[in-house]
Amino acid sequence: MFEATELNRKNQKTERLWRLLFLMMTVLLILPVLIILGVLIYHGGPMITIDFLFTEPTNGMTAGGILPALVGTVWLVAVALLVSVPIGIAAALYLSEYAADNWLTRSINLAIINLAGVPSIVHALFGVGAFVLFFRFGTSILAASLTLAIMTLPVVIVATRESLQAVPHAFREACWNMGASRWQTIRHVVLPNSVSGILTGVILEVSRTAGETAPIMFTGAAFFLPFLPQSVFDQTMAMSLHLFVISTQVPGVPENLPFGVALVLISMVLAMNALSIAFRMVLRGRKKW
Amino acid sequence: MGVWNFRSGTLAMSGSPQDLGAQLDRRDLAWFVDKAVQALVFLGGVSAIVFILGIFVFITKEGFGFIAGRFDIVEFFGSTRWRPTSEQPTYGALALIVGTASVTGLAMLVAVPFSLGAAIYIGEFAQGRTREVLKILVELLAAIPSVVWGFIGLSIMNPLIIRLFDVPVGLNVLNSGFILGLMAAPIMTTIAEDSLKAVPDTYREAAEALGATRWQVIRRVVIPAARNGLVAAVLLGVGRGFGETMAVLMASGHSINLPTSVFDSVRALTATIAAELGETAVGSEHYRALFTLGIFLFVVTFIINLTADLVIRGIRKK
Amino acid sequence: MVRPENGAGPVKLAVKDLAIHYGPKSALAGVSLDVREHEIFGIIGPANSGKTSFLRALNRMDLHTTGMRVEGSIHLDGRDVRKWRNVYALRRQIGVVFPLPVGLPLSVYDNVALSPRLRGIKNKADLDVVVERCLTRAALWDEVKDRLDSLGSLLSGGQQQRLTIARALSQDPKLLLLDEFSIAVDPVTTMRIEDILRTLKDEITIILVTNLVQQARRLADRTAFFLSGEFVEVGETEDLFTGAVRDPRTRAYVEGRFG
Repeated sequence: MFEATELNRKNQKTERLWRLLFLMMTVLLILPVLIILGVLIYHGGPMITIDFLFTEPTNGMTAGGILPALVGTVWLVAVALLVSVPIGIAAALYLSEYAADNWLTRSINLAIINLAGVPSIVHALFGVGAFVLFFRFGTSILAASLTLAIMTLPVVIVATRESLQAVPHAFREACWNMGASRWQTIRHVVLPNSVSGILTGVILEVSRTAGETAPIMFTGAAFFLPFLPQSVFDQTMAMSLHLFVISTQVPGVPENLPFGVALVLISMVLAMNALSIAFRMVLRGRKKW
Repeated sequence: MGVWNFRSGTLAMSGSPQDLGAQLDRRDLAWFVDKAVQALVFLGGVSAIVFILGIFVFITKEGFGFIAGRFDIVEFFGSTRWRPTSEQPTYGALALIVGTASVTGLAMLVAVPFSLGAAIYIGEFAQGRTREVLKILVELLAAIPSVVWGFIGLSIMNPLIIRLFDVPVGLNVLNSGFILGLMAAPIMTTIAEDSLKAVPDTYREAAEALGATRWQVIRRVVIPAARNGLVAAVLLGVGRGFGETMAVLMASGHSINLPTSVFDSVRALTATIAAELGETAVGSEHYRALFTLGIFLFVVTFIINLTADLVIRGIRKK
Repeated sequence: MVRPENGAGPVKLAVKDLAIHYGPKSALAGVSLDVREHEIFGIIGPANSGKTSFLRALNRMDLHTTGMRVEGSIHLDGRDVRKWRNVYALRRQIGVVFPLPVGLPLSVYDNVALSPRLRGIKNKADLDVVVERCLTRAALWDEVKDRLDSLGSLLSGGQQQRLTIARALSQDPKLLLLDEFSIAVDPVTTMRIEDILRTLKDEITIILVTNLVQQARRLADRTAFFLSGEFVEVGETEDLFTGAVRDPRTRAYVEGRFG
């Protein structure tokens, strides 16, 4: 064995030091999430009862439950998904399975990056200009959901494209060589092996869509509307906007009420994320090649 | 015909090969279905371009009346007076721009070192299960909706800042910058870690074979090789902070101000639109001015994203 | 039709002045050769000689390869393959076996039944017949008949390679292309596959690309030699080995002096 030299020992010491520093940084970055969750649960936990979830707000939103906001969020997410999932999967299929490496593909990729990067409030302005005014949907679930759909489209596209590309190219080559058309190859070999990854992306999109506030503020979400929406042309309350409203716009709200709303909202979102992560883990454990 | 004779399993051929070829060379259902699907998914792909152009066209359509008329570039970028509702409305966006910049700047001051540090730890030091757990936590951090962050700024950070620093108001640059830093951190961590991971292991092995310690390898080999990705990560973080709306609206104090310290309240471009659009009449000057702010936001974030994309592409070329 | 004197059939595949480029780079040039029905046609040459590119041009895989350009003419059964309107129908007539075995992530049964299904054969009894017959011909049936439901992509390398052959046979191909099939396969399996090829020859025309000179000698009736993207020559396989060749490079290669 070699004796550790002076230089060697010094190196090992700096190594440990750096390692510790980076570990600290990581922990400090993550710690706030846990603290925040703790505080939300501490203040908001006692609020959450069956009544809270299933009754309407009363007394100018200073009491009562959150039912219309919950139902509204479900509406908004559902309609948004109906639009963005098919378009997103189609776009991902095009990019992964059909597109050649040319200027058009590069433009599409750039457009996707920008759809994800444009501020949510700009999406809101677009929603107002396009769906509320130009297409005359008015402030409605339809207008709000379309705005949300376009905003979260990149989530589906990126997740789908990734899971399509996780299927080895050799499988496609084998199918093409057999005389399968591109679509037959996708249907019989590529999609069956990426559908769970796509589902993971869709769940992730549910989580993103449910939490968004700015894009729905002026396109379809109402401050207070004590009844449930009947069609996509109605306005609706939504969890995210409800949290904003009762914590900034309404005087005399008991201190714990917004904590309760925030806790429900974050639980919905994190539950979706956890589901998508769990899904991914199961997938990784199941080797098919 | 050259199809399987299933009972005997032998080929049952008839006709000369040429005839056979001609018979087989038909555009069958599968061929047409394939073309139809191709057209359909092409539309899906192109829709992304249509949408991004649509966004630009529609916000420009609504904002154009202001740009062509009342808009005064010197006032817009040089004056701090954003008074769209006064008798003689003025539209100076300087304070809003500075507000956004100061909050984003502080956010980056917090987030850049921590995100890059976390990326290095997760990507280069952490192993196995620890690494998985850390990645999941970062992902959950990214999942928290911005309105919840805003609420946290309002109800947790605000009293905390008042008590810790003995200041009258806790909704200020410090509060919103800190919140924004936490919001921008996950995307920066993820992209930075991706770009570290993209450095081939052979580089690391070669350096380790020369007797370099892990940290020396990271500092001298991995980080230089991943430089572009790290820059792109920071850029996308800046874009994220720049465009954040709800959290900044709720945690920044929302008062028009050129900040002199982190304890001053400010107002951001995004927050201004969010707060004022509901009160304007469609087609009014104020309404169009808000869309003009939107155009400005769109153009700036577009440039940031484009730059990040070019920087990332730079690595791939190498 | 005129039968050449060596007993092989009429011309199955006629290649004339074939040249292949990837972007500005030339991969193969000056190929003119005929492959006759019911023969095993060998193609030998060191790595990067354009052998795989040649196979890809035959079934129009250039359509799936960015930058790949094909010049010259390829006639299968007298029809120019590049004039086929339905390229999928063309490919169904050409079976391909790859260097690395590719068991699709489907059950063994579905691997073999895929091609007939794509052609619209749905009857289970018919499919059963095809599957059993193709797997038998590929000498795999006895090993997998009790686990037709297991994933084809999880079989051993040798089994996957025979599965690939069974799948190619399920297309009922007129032409079978094998691209260095023994690279990732144990010697016993290699021998078994070579036996299969000898029996298949009666029904199917086979083009065998190989990096093993001796394999070409064992199997091929005639053999072409490609070198660094150049078509050197073609001749009766025995002539290549007994010295009755024109080009000294061929001789140097088959004698193992390079490559």
